[in-house]
Amino acid sequence: MAQQNSDAIIRVRDITVQFGSTRVLDGLDLDVRRGEILGFVGPSGAGKSVLTRTIIGLVPKIAGRIEVFGVDLDTAEQATRRAVERRWGILFQQGALFSSLTVRQNIQFPVRENLKVSQRLLDEIMVAKLGMVGLRPEVADRYPSELSGGMIKRVALARALALDPELVFLDEPTSGLDPIGAGDFDELVRTLQRTLGLTVFMVTHDLDSLYTACDRIAVLGNGKIIAAGSMADMQASQHPWLRQYFHGKRARAVMG
Amino acid sequence: MKGDPTLERIAQDNGLALRAAGSWTAPFASLLEDMVSDAERLAGTRPNIFIDVSQISKLDTFGAWLIERLRRSLARGGIEARIAGLSANYASLVDEVRRVKAPPAPGIASLTITGMLEQVGRSVAGISETFIGLIDMLGAVLAASGRVLLHPRELRLTSTVHHLEQVCWRAVPIIVLITFLIGCIISQQGIFHFRKFGADIFVVDMLGVLVLREIGVLLVAIMVAGRSGSAYTAELGSMKMREEIDALRTMGFDPIEVLVLPRMLALVIALPILAFLGAMAALYGGGLVAWLYGGVDPEAFLLRLRDAISINHFIVGMVKAPVMAAVIGIVACVEGLAVQGSAESLGQHTTASVVKSIFLVIVMDGVFAIFFAAIGM
Repeated sequence: MAQQNSDAIIRVRDITVQFGSTRVLDGLDLDVRRGEILGFVGPSGAGKSVLTRTIIGLVPKIAGRIEVFGVDLDTAEQATRRAVERRWGILFQQGALFSSLTVRQNIQFPVRENLKVSQRLLDEIMVAKLGMVGLRPEVADRYPSELSGGMIKRVALARALALDPELVFLDEPTSGLDPIGAGDFDELVRTLQRTLGLTVFMVTHDLDSLYTACDRIAVLGNGKIIAAGSMADMQASQHPWLRQYFHGKRARAVMG
Repeated sequence: MKGDPTLERIAQDNGLALRAAGSWTAPFASLLEDMVSDAERLAGTRPNIFIDVSQISKLDTFGAWLIERLRRSLARGGIEARIAGLSANYASLVDEVRRVKAPPAPGIASLTITGMLEQVGRSVAGISETFIGLIDMLGAVLAASGRVLLHPRELRLTSTVHHLEQVCWRAVPIIVLITFLIGCIISQQGIFHFRKFGADIFVVDMLGVLVLREIGVLLVAIMVAGRSGSAYTAELGSMKMREEIDALRTMGFDPIEVLVLPRMLALVIALPILAFLGAMAALYGGGLVAWLYGGVDPEAFLLRLRDAISINHFIVGMVKAPVMAAVIGIVACVEGLAVQGSAESLGQHTTASVVKSIFLVIVMDGVFAIFFAAIGM
């Protein structure tokens, strides 16, 4: 388990997000603790990605407060905001690699823009990050269109980790990977969390990921967090959706 | 500043000892790099070095790698670096960077004369490929049209009408405005210069022939290439990027029939209409200027216009329009389907689409001029 440090790195209070007349998030509260891997689940279309994007600041909310590293991003000044943004890394669902840059340039981009570093160190760090996500240095000069789906995810993770962030958001990191690849990815997230002391906010549908990688699980339903706790808490829950999710055919297959 | 990283020499009985302290993290990367290279020089020829890292308060990949870099460069000089006092938290990070291989050299294309000549050669060879591509697409479109003619139900009418709205109806205001202004300018310039010879009234001849025969259709074709040709390329290109075209193909649809044909058809119908409206707007603008600026009243303008132009001029203009539309459409679709995976490629092909179609439209206009002169129209 991660260090039992209860200070929250992300503190979401009472946020409401609405698109037109559909209310996606309705007075949602959530804490993400330092050093944990939080798995975030919920039915498709429940607003998991919306919550992630709201925390990052890509989706406007109509009410509520979000603090990341103790900074309220709405009231923070530009410089404070940028400082926070430097301390997190984001893996988008489709990777969102810059298609006109090579793998090398993609990973070096955030470093180059934020730090004054020699080209030599940039290249070495790039190879180190590629190594961390399990890729060989030879892919460095390929373009994203020349990579497989799994490799895109890995490169995108390497880019998210480029600045050694304290917090990473992973939006369905294992979707579209084969089970072995997905298993490796879970292991990778776990290892990185241990080595770099990361806090991980992971939106996922993958029961294996939840089971092997996550310290704590939060479940989204009806615009609120309907449950949060360990895997054992989830399995013990009597909530109908949770019962179906954690005791369904696929869940039994995972848990044996 | 508190937490700044340091790498100091400390007292040691035999050999050299260094103590690293503070925050060995990314924000201090350039500072750390300097310290590490200083330490490499300091090492000299001693057989071994002791590095105490127990005072490091914070370590990330940057710091861990720089320690590893120091260790490796010392090892290359035959010096063994002993690293001690590593906190357990960071052990796995250090293990991780220990496995890092040397970065591959970036493949930078060298700028040589032969390289430049090769580029020129490739571009020239590319011209023939472009033509083959265009002819290929022309053939595919004709074959698809043939199939649709045999089975008219297969025509995608909704799609065609949708594109017709986009390229024709929505283009009317801008086309009419621009051709109106061009008509005004031609008329004003004509009057200004013809007046010296007392030949004001001949501006009507010039305006009529120029607008109906050449400028009207050419200008409209160029505007349509810029407005709709680029849109076609971008649409098809982004569909290509997102594998939508492959999806269509695997479902047993012919992308030419589903995507290209309705667009071509819409363009071939739209361009004569737009050229006609453009010509009328230009004549109207020209007439207005002739009246207000040159004192040629509308009645005299119309009488003169009737004498000056024959139906031939109008026919020549209108015959060119659908051919130019086909050229624009084919170029736009070929470029769109040639888009590769990146955003950059989409931009390049969209540019190429507009440049090539405007070029070909002007070439076509020249060919038509020769042809009509030869048949005496």
